[in-house]
Amino acid sequence: MYGYNGKYLRVNLTDGQIKVEDLNEELAMKFIGGRGLGTKMMMDEVDPNVDALSPENKLMVMTGPLTGTPAFTGGRYMVVTKSPLSGTIASSNSGGFWGAELKSAGYDAVIFEGKSEKPVYLSIEDDKVELKDASNLWGKYVSETTKELTKDAPKGTKVLAIGPGGENLSKIAAIMNDEDRAAGRSGVGAVMGSKNLKAIAVKGTGKVKVHDEAKLKELTKEKLAKIKENGVTGEGLPTYGTAVLVNILNELGSLPTNNFQKSQFNGGEEISGETLAEKYLIKNTACYRCPIACGRYVKMDDQEVGGPEYETLWAFGADCGLDDMKAIIKANYWCNEVGIDTISAGSTIAAAIELYEKGFIKEEELDGLKLEFGNGASIAEWVKRMGHREGLGDKMADGSYRLADGYGKPEFSMTVKKLEMPAYDPRGVQGQGLTYATSNRGGCHVRGYLVSPEILGLPEQLDRLSSEGKGTWGKIFQDLTASIDSLGMCLFTSFALGAEDYADYYNAICGTEHDANSILEAGDRIYNIEKLFNLEAGIKPEEDTLPKRLLEEVIPEGPSKGNVSKLSEMLPKYYAERGWTKEGIPTDEKLKALGLK
Amino acid sequence: MNVEVRLFATFRNGRFKKKNIEIVENETKVKDLLNELGIKEEEIALIIVNGMHSNVDRKLEEGDTLALFPPVAGG
Repeated sequence: MYGYNGKYLRVNLTDGQIKVEDLNEELAMKFIGGRGLGTKMMMDEVDPNVDALSPENKLMVMTGPLTGTPAFTGGRYMVVTKSPLSGTIASSNSGGFWGAELKSAGYDAVIFEGKSEKPVYLSIEDDKVELKDASNLWGKYVSETTKELTKDAPKGTKVLAIGPGGENLSKIAAIMNDEDRAAGRSGVGAVMGSKNLKAIAVKGTGKVKVHDEAKLKELTKEKLAKIKENGVTGEGLPTYGTAVLVNILNELGSLPTNNFQKSQFNGGEEISGETLAEKYLIKNTACYRCPIACGRYVKMDDQEVGGPEYETLWAFGADCGLDDMKAIIKANYWCNEVGIDTISAGSTIAAAIELYEKGFIKEEELDGLKLEFGNGASIAEWVKRMGHREGLGDKMADGSYRLADGYGKPEFSMTVKKLEMPAYDPRGVQGQGLTYATSNRGGCHVRGYLVSPEILGLPEQLDRLSSEGKGTWGKIFQDLTASIDSLGMCLFTSFALGAEDYADYYNAICGTEHDANSILEAGDRIYNIEKLFNLEAGIKPEEDTLPKRLLEEVIPEGPSKGNVSKLSEMLPKYYAERGWTKEGIPTDEKLKALGLK
Repeated sequence: MNVEVRLFATFRNGRFKKKNIEIVENETKVKDLLNELGIKEEEIALIIVNGMHSNVDRKLEEGDTLALFPPVAGG
């Protein structure tokens, strides 16, 4: 095979057996790789009703066919498993260099089964693969673990690890790689922790085989020109990173504030990308073969640390009513160290603040730590308490839904399918509300980013307050995203590239015969199989919804004032576009057409 | 007659963050202000007037807030 290595590792943590297995080529062609192929393998190997934190759940660390190849941004890997947070399929995506290194070592994926008796880590040096004792690493933070595992390892070893969050089975725990990149969402770190697996260290010396080197050379030139000439990928993202969105969403009155009680934040400028660049930025950083380099390294006192992304600035900033950039940088740093998701962590703190303000959480539960909107001094400490499950942090470690539900107030949790929604108010960005509600992993912005047309006007400007046409747009964005994720490229390329560009890369590298339509069709197939997993897992179609606050309470002030989500207008049209029943269930006809039945 | 102009990202370089600028009511269009600011139409990705997307032909009124962004994105 080209692009694919054609083999993967299967590691049984219960008996310690490690096998190299051949990739099923037919399935790879049908589901591409990564997110798509991983979900298909989960469907085939794991009962969707499995307890996500039991040994019977599997942890599939997948790459795509373009991961580790010369394709720009082809460094991504995906963790596919059943989510302990949402109970849905989880597919958590990360950049950095780890995924490309796994491909160089000769594997397309690592599948973990069972549960180790003692803490272990997996060491991969090409064909030398061993489970090693990790007792001395258990309890250590992510950066420390990474340093320990690279200290005596071959130069260039890349480490993926969990921190105390994953070890303590926090349902919002992330899997971290290259210290500060995160497969952040859906609690995948807890699945890793439940298996007593601390880390995977990988070093590869091989090279992925490419089908048509000459064509790829041509494409490299052509795609680089597109990325460089595009205002967003050529200048906006390199200069300001993702953080530049803060001021835009705030200007449009769609930046959720104080746990979505408002949608405009007075301290927006203080937590903006412009302020980050002006006062804190040291340098920007790039993942594997990325010409965009949206990553930030920033000052934290006298340390140089990974900087907060837009979603993080929002979660700890506007959503917690906090205009203190230094405190946000610190909270972000501690999320990376304990290994928990910044979006879910910030949103859970925001929900806790509201629960406390309204008298549901009692003073004595705080152990002397302030819990209030706008309090910068306490926020990093709350993150640490969540990671270590200390005091109230124990309840908060399982996300806002379980926290709020425990106090009889689930409506204070700003989640879809128990996953915290990110930084765009669905009442002010209507289509994004639709893609939150219908995302197969719950409240997530990277499963159909309608912010692009509704806010940024890319590829064309849509009316952000209208429900018109959003079903059609939502489906196209969801399908294209599913394919990009499965190929192993970064979604940010899609500001400059279209479905045909991904087909070009796939064909040149793997020898496939795709075009724009078949790339979208593969995405449709992946979206449907994810939905099938969720239905079998007992996720009800009516869970394709938004929190009551967004459906019933109008935005109280600012430019989006008076709006609620028009989800009920958009959903039927979306389901019709998908070829699903009006209840949101894939029809036999649709499944047959996609080769899923 | 004044409008508040807010500039973002690279538009701030050598200019300002926020400034009140005089206009002629019902006559001054966004594009007239662009000339004054030395910003070319093709450099602009987003024009937001009073929190809503707008365009260069929009006529400005007393008290309007005009926000201008170059191509940027995130996620």
